[in-house]
Amino acid sequence: MSALSDRDVLRIAELSRLALTPDERARLGRELTAILTYVEQIGGIDTSGIEPTSHVQLDDTTLRPDETRPSLSREAALRNAPDAIRGAGLFRVPKVIG
Amino acid sequence: MSGGIHHWTARETRQAIRTKAASATEVVQALLARIARLDGRDAAGGGLGAYLHVDPDRVLTRAAALDAEHGTATDRPLFGVPVAVKDNLCTRDVPTTAASRILERFVPPYTATAVERLEAAGAIVLGKTNCDEFAMGSSTENSAFGVTRNPWALDRIPGGSSGGSAVAVAAGLAPVSLGSDTGGSIRQPGALCGVVGFKPTYGRVSRYGLLAFGSSLDQIGPFARTVQDAADIFASMAGHDVADATTAHAAVPDVSALGAGASSTPLTGRRIGVPRALLGSGVDAAVQAAIDAALTVLEGLGATLVDVELPHAAAAIPVYYLVATAEASSNLARYDGVRYSSRSKLAPGDDLATLYERTRGEHFGAEVKRRIMLGTYVLSAGYYEAYYQKAQRVRTLIRRDYDTAFAADVDAIAMPTCPTPAFRLGERADDPLQMYLADVFTVSANLTGLPAISVPCGFSPDRLPIGLQLTGRPFDEAGLLGLAHAYEQATPWHRETPPLG
Repeated sequence: MSALSDRDVLRIAELSRLALTPDERARLGRELTAILTYVEQIGGIDTSGIEPTSHVQLDDTTLRPDETRPSLSREAALRNAPDAIRGAGLFRVPKVIG
Repeated sequence: MSGGIHHWTARETRQAIRTKAASATEVVQALLARIARLDGRDAAGGGLGAYLHVDPDRVLTRAAALDAEHGTATDRPLFGVPVAVKDNLCTRDVPTTAASRILERFVPPYTATAVERLEAAGAIVLGKTNCDEFAMGSSTENSAFGVTRNPWALDRIPGGSSGGSAVAVAAGLAPVSLGSDTGGSIRQPGALCGVVGFKPTYGRVSRYGLLAFGSSLDQIGPFARTVQDAADIFASMAGHDVADATTAHAAVPDVSALGAGASSTPLTGRRIGVPRALLGSGVDAAVQAAIDAALTVLEGLGATLVDVELPHAAAAIPVYYLVATAEASSNLARYDGVRYSSRSKLAPGDDLATLYERTRGEHFGAEVKRRIMLGTYVLSAGYYEAYYQKAQRVRTLIRRDYDTAFAADVDAIAMPTCPTPAFRLGERADDPLQMYLADVFTVSANLTGLPAISVPCGFSPDRLPIGLQLTGRPFDEAGLLGLAHAYEQATPWHRETPPLG
């Protein structure tokens, strides 16, 4: 594992939607490099012909009937919003389209 | 019953209330007084810090309501039993922060199914407990709201991520509690605090209302001072839930009388697998000695010890930290500064992307950012196959190791819960990788979905608790709990209490 550059860290931060300070970026670059170097040991394990496990399914699942059920009211769903137009039932965010 | 109310098990508490030896109100008053004396972070010498949120009025109101129902609702299995709840489980109208600044003022509009079922069984939610932020950590030091101390040695970590729930039970601040276990977050703090910690089979307990971390790994389970209490909590919350499509339809076993009909050799015919090769390196000498002694006790109870191989065990930590962080990076995308609680201040003209980035950058702690970054990286184009998909393939090999062991007619697999006793506060805070290695024995049960329990099995020379981990067959919680109960009843460890007064 070659060390992650500041550009790599910035790109990952952007994909992660995280604003990081220069100090945080430097530190994360070092830490992520160390962790990735460690986890790369699994690269040596032969997995040819082995299916990936994404989810352990230990029991049969059944589909539930497609029926309407009560859910949260708009008022309840908006209660924790840092900014909302409660009367209209809307979350408020900065202008998205210029 | 032994000692004061705070020493009572859940069973003893329920019995005392049922027979009117004590009222639910008296029980919670005693516990609230003890919490006030021992738990506050401003207490002399630093309190334990198990709880983040306790609302005495709410607790007393609930207890009074139960006392008023005495005689008509007394048969409920947890009638009057106080329970502490990890702060990543939603509780309606009660703050739920997951120990994160990003949910600092979040008050859920609904209650997690697991908690709701305990309340329906008559339990009283005593308060919300501290944990590593979003359950990410092994020491509870990643909480945004302060440390939690190990009641056996106040300068040591309680384990994590469910450290507050483990301490609440160990220190007599609740008879039982709930935690969540994604890579050992119930079993490891249970071991380090000298209490029982139980992770049921994946799919057994509904995660509806659990703030998701690693969705293919997360499971809710109890802490208790006895295996029987853990079994009672488990039985009250397990079973299919329409609100969580991953819950199993399998019938919940009857675990209400674990010791019934027990002889002096209750484990005759039971076979316990021991992965000797795995125990060889990196295990503290005191832990090794305690596990060896525990295996001898199990043999004395009639069990046969069988060597088992888990050839891919060394890969469990790398696989876990790839899978768990990938899932976390996706699950935590929802904390965006729009829907829940916290939002950073914006300048005029700042756009929506800035709102997301600044809110998340300013409100997530260092470990959460580290895991989101790692998870995002291993899922990103060009790296997905080498990291994430490779980890998923090795996960299949780890599952096969366990399938092979259980196919050889083994009822359970025994190993330490943790390689060392509790380490000192701050000791590993600057070395994330070193912290991850503490999870070497616990992550496999999450990768395989198998049920696993930690029971107290001794102490280090400096009086720090050590835990024995037993891993069972899928959905055979009854067999696993029976085994753990037989071991517990043959040993004195569960009766030890920390030196708190």
